Amino acid sequence: MDLRPSDEQQLLIDSFAALYAKESSPERVRAAEPSGFDPRLWEQLVAQGSLAMAVDEEHDGWGATPLDLALVAQQHGRAIGSAPLIETQVAARLLARAGGTEADAVLRGALDGDRLVAVALRTPTGGVAELVPAGAVATDVLVLRDQQLVVVPTGDDRVIPENVGCMPLADLPVPTSGGTVLSEGPAAARLLDAALDDWLVLTAAALSGIAQRSVEIGVAYAAERQAFGQKIGSFQAVGHRLADCATRAAGADLLAREAAWSATEDPDRSPELAAMAFAFAATAARDASDWSLHFHGGYGFMLEYDIQLYYRRARAWANVVMSPAAAARRVADRRYGPVAS
Amino acid sequence: MIDFRLGEASDALRRDLRAFLAEHMTRQIEEQVYRTGVSHDAGFTAAQVEGGWLAPGWPVELGGQGLDPIEMLTVAEELGLADAPTYGTGTTLMVATVIRAVGTEQQQTEIIPKALAGEIIIVLGFSEPEAGSDVAAATTRAVRDGDQWVIDGQKMFTTNAQIGDYVFLLTRTNPDLAKHKGLTMFLVPMDQPGIEIQAVYTLSGERTNIVYYSGVRVDDAWRIGGVDEGWATMTVALTAEHGAGFASSIARLLAATESWAREATGEDGTPRLDDPEVRQALGQTAIDLEVSRLLQRRVAWMAETDLPMSTEGPMSKLFSSEAIKERAQQMVELVGPDALRSYFDPTAPSHGVIEHLLRYSVGTTIYAGTSEIHRNMIAQRGLGLPRTR
Repeated sequence: MDLRPSDEQQLLIDSFAALYAKESSPERVRAAEPSGFDPRLWEQLVAQGSLAMAVDEEHDGWGATPLDLALVAQQHGRAIGSAPLIETQVAARLLARAGGTEADAVLRGALDGDRLVAVALRTPTGGVAELVPAGAVATDVLVLRDQQLVVVPTGDDRVIPENVGCMPLADLPVPTSGGTVLSEGPAAARLLDAALDDWLVLTAAALSGIAQRSVEIGVAYAAERQAFGQKIGSFQAVGHRLADCATRAAGADLLAREAAWSATEDPDRSPELAAMAFAFAATAARDASDWSLHFHGGYGFMLEYDIQLYYRRARAWANVVMSPAAAARRVADRRYGPVAS
Repeated sequence: MIDFRLGEASDALRRDLRAFLAEHMTRQIEEQVYRTGVSHDAGFTAAQVEGGWLAPGWPVELGGQGLDPIEMLTVAEELGLADAPTYGTGTTLMVATVIRAVGTEQQQTEIIPKALAGEIIIVLGFSEPEAGSDVAAATTRAVRDGDQWVIDGQKMFTTNAQIGDYVFLLTRTNPDLAKHKGLTMFLVPMDQPGIEIQAVYTLSGERTNIVYYSGVRVDDAWRIGGVDEGWATMTVALTAEHGAGFASSIARLLAATESWAREATGEDGTPRLDDPEVRQALGQTAIDLEVSRLLQRRVAWMAETDLPMSTEGPMSKLFSSEAIKERAQQMVELVGPDALRSYFDPTAPSHGVIEHLLRYSVGTTIYAGTSEIHRNMIAQRGLGLPRTR
């Protein structure tokens, strides 16, 4: 057992931490609201290899492991980056897995920066893929239509809803015909399910970063703010909650890393661990941002304070696809097999 | 390089230990431990000694297997999964560890071989009626009389006192000094007049004791650590407890509830395991088990790697104890009225393990430092918050 990142991994963490420190300050996060897309941050992330690293060498990527991606995603969460890091990585990995001339061409376009490809992780209802993460800025979207995995260009008919997390989401009408078919039948469903596992584990990592940073913000405030002649961090009602939040943030960090590690090292358990990591990190981020905001008193409720930025994203980044309860049921599906219908 | 495997040595140990436990950890011992409330069995301990499983973390030259902290955690996980009766030998070895660290040569020669051979039981005399979490407030007096000390006082929760050979006793030797400064520790032989043991039965079924000391004499040679330096000795002992965690108990809870869910059927005749509510609750319990394991394994890994620890131990204890308490309650509500059927009652689902773990879980957030004590440690030492009260 070893919990220390390798020298290369530490370098990766440090380089992305530095990038986010420079390009994703709270001011920049605010400036990118409400669209949730900061073109300069996106540019810098791509320039640093955020997309290429997600793709295997066979497809001209760097072939980083899911664990490497998770270590970057934790930094993304800590800085609540306004860029579709995880969404595009998940799409790229899906395209690489799909294989074939068409998928390779789309992936090539994404790596060259000609396309920004997103994935609709939920099945469209009434011909519309709703609240597709990164759908507002994507040129193409991967979507399951009539049991076929197709890539369709996004059009002017997309609706971009304002949302609590200031995420670049879109409701995307899926054309009944056209687009490029990448896979069909059970194979298509499996590809999308594997993409969902990728998304769960990387989002778990990002949420663990949100949880950790939320605790830090709350602790810094509680160590400064005085009430009744004392620092409020000296009150057990405050300190004990923060201790619980820090404990759960530590657990979320470990579990997200284990789930990402298992993708290559323990593939049998990996899908179960992905859902576990997501459920736990979503809860940890939700509670840490809530308590941290609460301990700011009235200031926490003011838009001027940073903790509300974390509070909103902790909820939005998770719930856009799955609740912690649904993820717990997915854990059961992985442990016991799905319920026979 | 991040790697969550415990390693091949641990995997091999796990296989060996499972074979050992399958042979020696019988349902009969399990039931006897529960019925008597005594987590110790001489026959099982003898088998442990014989198989090299009593103190495998000790160096080979002292009778152990020289296992490292990760391997020792593997052993602890398996003993916990089997609910093996190790409390008596656990406290004994903990004190042996303290004696090895700070004891005199004579104390080491006298105690360590016997402790590792399973020939003696050492029990703990820390808590008092007015000093639980605030254990340094102990008032049991030790007064010097020549080469001896005379002890008067009362200790709470001295589990296994009725079968103990020695008690590792926290006493106050100088009431004029500050709370943490006037304490001294002794290893007191239990077989002498002036010691009165009164049984105390607890919610989990475990028997513990109140022990009264009046005019009890102990040679100065049995003082462990310096006079008025008992807190330093206590710190060695408490640090040994810091790897605590309840992952194995959560694993037992999960397995028992899974087994119920596969066997029991709902009103429509379908297995309870098909019910989304049941699946969600089992999923949540499995998640808490995984996190408990990781937090506990992190402590073992840090010990093995000689990394300075801050509050990783308290986090492991706090999270896993709160988790088993919450999940045991949830599992009982999930199973419904049948969950009320008692441990070892023939009509109980999964032998009533869920019912027992409900009662067992209540103690976990109390002993070895309450959750509040651990939260204080995390807030102050881990987060750097001002001292809380």
